[in-house]
Amino acid sequence: MSGASRSRADERRPRSASLRATLLSLAILVVLLGVWEFGTSGASGARVHLPGPSRIALHAARELAHPFYDNGPNDKGVGIQLAYSIARVLTGYALAALLAIPIGFVLGMSPLWQRALGPFIQVLKPISPLAWMPLALYTIRDSTLSSIFVIFICSIWPMLINTAFGVASVRRDFLDVARTHELSRWETALHVILPAAAPTIVTGMRISIGISWLVIVAAEMLVGGTGIGYSVWNEWNNLNLDGVIFSILMIGVVGVVFDQLLARALRAVEYVD
Amino acid sequence: MASAFLQVSALARRYPAADSGDGALTVFERVHFGVQAGEFVCLLGHSGCGKSTILRILAGLERASEGVVSMEGSEVSAPSLERGVIFQDHSLLPWRSALRNVTFAVRSRWRDWPPERVLEHSRKYLELVGLCGTEHRRPAQLSGGMRQRVGIARAFATRPKLLLMDEPFGALDALTRGTIQDELVRIWEQSRQTVFMITHDVDEAILLADKILLMTNGPRARIAEIVAVELPRPRERTGMLRDPAYYAIRNHLVEFLFERSRTLNACAPADYDPERPPLVHPGREGGAANARYAARP
Repeated sequence: MSGASRSRADERRPRSASLRATLLSLAILVVLLGVWEFGTSGASGARVHLPGPSRIALHAARELAHPFYDNGPNDKGVGIQLAYSIARVLTGYALAALLAIPIGFVLGMSPLWQRALGPFIQVLKPISPLAWMPLALYTIRDSTLSSIFVIFICSIWPMLINTAFGVASVRRDFLDVARTHELSRWETALHVILPAAAPTIVTGMRISIGISWLVIVAAEMLVGGTGIGYSVWNEWNNLNLDGVIFSILMIGVVGVVFDQLLARALRAVEYVD
Repeated sequence: MASAFLQVSALARRYPAADSGDGALTVFERVHFGVQAGEFVCLLGHSGCGKSTILRILAGLERASEGVVSMEGSEVSAPSLERGVIFQDHSLLPWRSALRNVTFAVRSRWRDWPPERVLEHSRKYLELVGLCGTEHRRPAQLSGGMRQRVGIARAFATRPKLLLMDEPFGALDALTRGTIQDELVRIWEQSRQTVFMITHDVDEAILLADKILLMTNGPRARIAEIVAVELPRPRERTGMLRDPAYYAIRNHLVEFLFERSRTLNACAPADYDPERPPLVHPGREGGAANARYAARP
């Protein structure tokens, strides 16, 4: 009897903990919005006049009611701008994954290649992806392709390094199992190494998508034309701070969605050893 | 003996002297024995005498420094599905369910089988080790004993000609170990598979083996002698205790492990030839007394 009631209490505890965390988050949100609203209301006597949350909310409601309107190059809906950015990020990111994961696999399986390519990776990895932009613009001569290239170059490293690390640290026992079952090299890679290294690889993919989303905003500010990064800069040039703050919030929301998608992918491939 | 099912000849594992000046190390040398088809052979010795290495060489996972292993007349140079391995720490693939770990092996063995047949065959072997109803759990959700049962099912399901076991119950508690040993006896009685098993558990060796190879301590470990276990089969843990031969064998093994395994390298009798280790029958009347280092019959 007491055992049963205790286990029920144990079950309840995590739920009540998450409920309390949610309540606390809401309380913090209310305080932040309150301070923000008060600080920007003029009653505080501040010299800089930022728009308050109520104004942003109105702006957001207007924008989100028609996210896909298009009134020419300098006036597009937030949905269109985000779609441009997301498309660029996904293209560059997918190309990077297609290259990084197979190469990472080879590096992880071959100490020779790991040593041979190691110095190149060491030198290329710390270069800010935006430093490539002039070269990209000069050689590719297209702003969209150049920003895709910049996404490609920034998202390749975490995926490459994590894949190589994950593959290299597959336990010898698993490889022995593959060998005693007469698996070919290809079968071993597909049925043993890939699932064993998958959590590390997907973690690399998660880091990459985060970096890509950080970089695309900066890249679009540089090259202009379309995208959420350009949109932020354009609103600033128009001195439309409502738009700037709204765009910033939307960048955050999309970033969370990307991260959560890969968190879900990670849960799908995770295993307890 | 030259044409045994499995023949191990003059096997050695040496590590060359390191540049730092460490001397060369010979883990074991002149290891020589044969296993007949259908025999259950245990290799008994202290840790560090290279038992696991010998098993890995038999499996084809490692190469010996010297010597030859041949099975049915052909040299063992690479792993093969003809030699199933049960590893010490079960080595199940943790991202696969118990059932999928077995189908993994069955599908590798019979690549032309349709999926239903693979599934049916795998289920049969999981049932054999008493794992109905838990076949969809992953290894992490199974107890240590259940995991090792899956490992046993996986190995038996591929019906290898030779089954190699590396202290398969070493990581289990005594009670679980006993239960699974009994199950292993039961499964083995049905298949009469040729088995080579490594253990440091004297009772386990007596319960399971037809022959027990005794290994001296390393370095330069060798096979000291071969103990024949002639207790009637099917053996049963408690029934065995009433057989006086059991105690004779047990005393012989314990005495070897705690005394002679240390001293034999230093003061072997003149007629001791590690490549022809004596076969002793401590279970027979008067067997233990006259057996020591007796020349082969």
